[in-house]
Amino acid sequence: MNARAAQPASPSSANVGIVIVSHSPLVAKGAADMVRQMVGDCVPLAWTGGNAEGGLGTHVAGIAAAIEAAWSEAGVAVFVDLGGAETNSEMAVERLDPARAARVAICNAPLVEGAVVAAAEASGGSSLAKVVATAEELAP
Amino acid sequence: MHLDATDLAALIGLCRAEIDRHGEHLSALDSAIGDGDHGANMRRGLEAVFAERDAIAALPLPAALERIGLVLVMNIGGAAGPLYGTLLMELGRGLGIADTPEAFAATLEHAIAAVARRGRSGPGDKTLLDVLYPVQAEVVRRSAPGRIAACARSAAHSTEAMQARRGRASFLGPRSIGHEDPGASSCALLTAAICGYFEEHRPS
Repeated sequence: MNARAAQPASPSSANVGIVIVSHSPLVAKGAADMVRQMVGDCVPLAWTGGNAEGGLGTHVAGIAAAIEAAWSEAGVAVFVDLGGAETNSEMAVERLDPARAARVAICNAPLVEGAVVAAAEASGGSSLAKVVATAEELAP
Repeated sequence: MHLDATDLAALIGLCRAEIDRHGEHLSALDSAIGDGDHGANMRRGLEAVFAERDAIAALPLPAALERIGLVLVMNIGGAAGPLYGTLLMELGRGLGIADTPEAFAATLEHAIAAVARRGRSGPGDKTLLDVLYPVQAEVVRRSAPGRIAACARSAAHSTEAMQARRGRASFLGPRSIGHEDPGASSCALLTAAICGYFEEHRPS
């Protein structure tokens, strides 16, 4: 298993959702665990890590499934590690319905710190723009 | 570009065989300056295209190229998937409009620009763009397929002297010099395989 919705679809999806994309499923799951510890179940959360064969890497279908799993009408903030994670996430977003794609942001922020800070912001009901801006304050 | 289903299926088979033959070499190049999976990723992508070659070959060329691009995006993964996928999808979208040699050259230029935007890179960054730009220049000149293939090979080789400015290889700084870029290498292999087919089947 290299992708997981960290919680089932919940009624709290008024809050911005968080997606974690890493080349490593262990890193992705670990980051998601840290987010969950911070905000409990009040933020939709999903992670994906590894390529389609379970090795290190990223793949568009896994990322698309994670975005779907963490979907919120308020939008979804995506956190990525290295290059391919970002470009594959861009491809996944572009393949969404345009109305949905406009509500997904790929954040320029560190994976772990960005996701935790973003989730904390999202748990207070902040907008996608505010969640992204808060996370991106961490960018070097 | 007037490719029929036989041409398309043959080209898919050639590209797949070429990548399969050089998979270990591509991964070895990638191990030197990256994560070592370029050969495996490219093989996975080309195998997926090959698996549906009959359905793809039956499509009109623009739709076939778009489909190949999508299959590559969904299967290569890594950094190369979005780059090759963008190239093929943009080529397909552009070729829908006109099919003169001039229109093909313009479409190729547009598609390469889209790859550059996707990778946020440009000439000299030690990427597959360092093969695509010179290939594009030869296409504009209406060069013979053999000339384009030779240009692609020498362009890939020239990435050896470059310092990477994009992707993982850039983390190595000056230590990335002295190794051919794996993306440039696979791009030259594919270009040469395609040119080889045109040389044999439609001398120009």
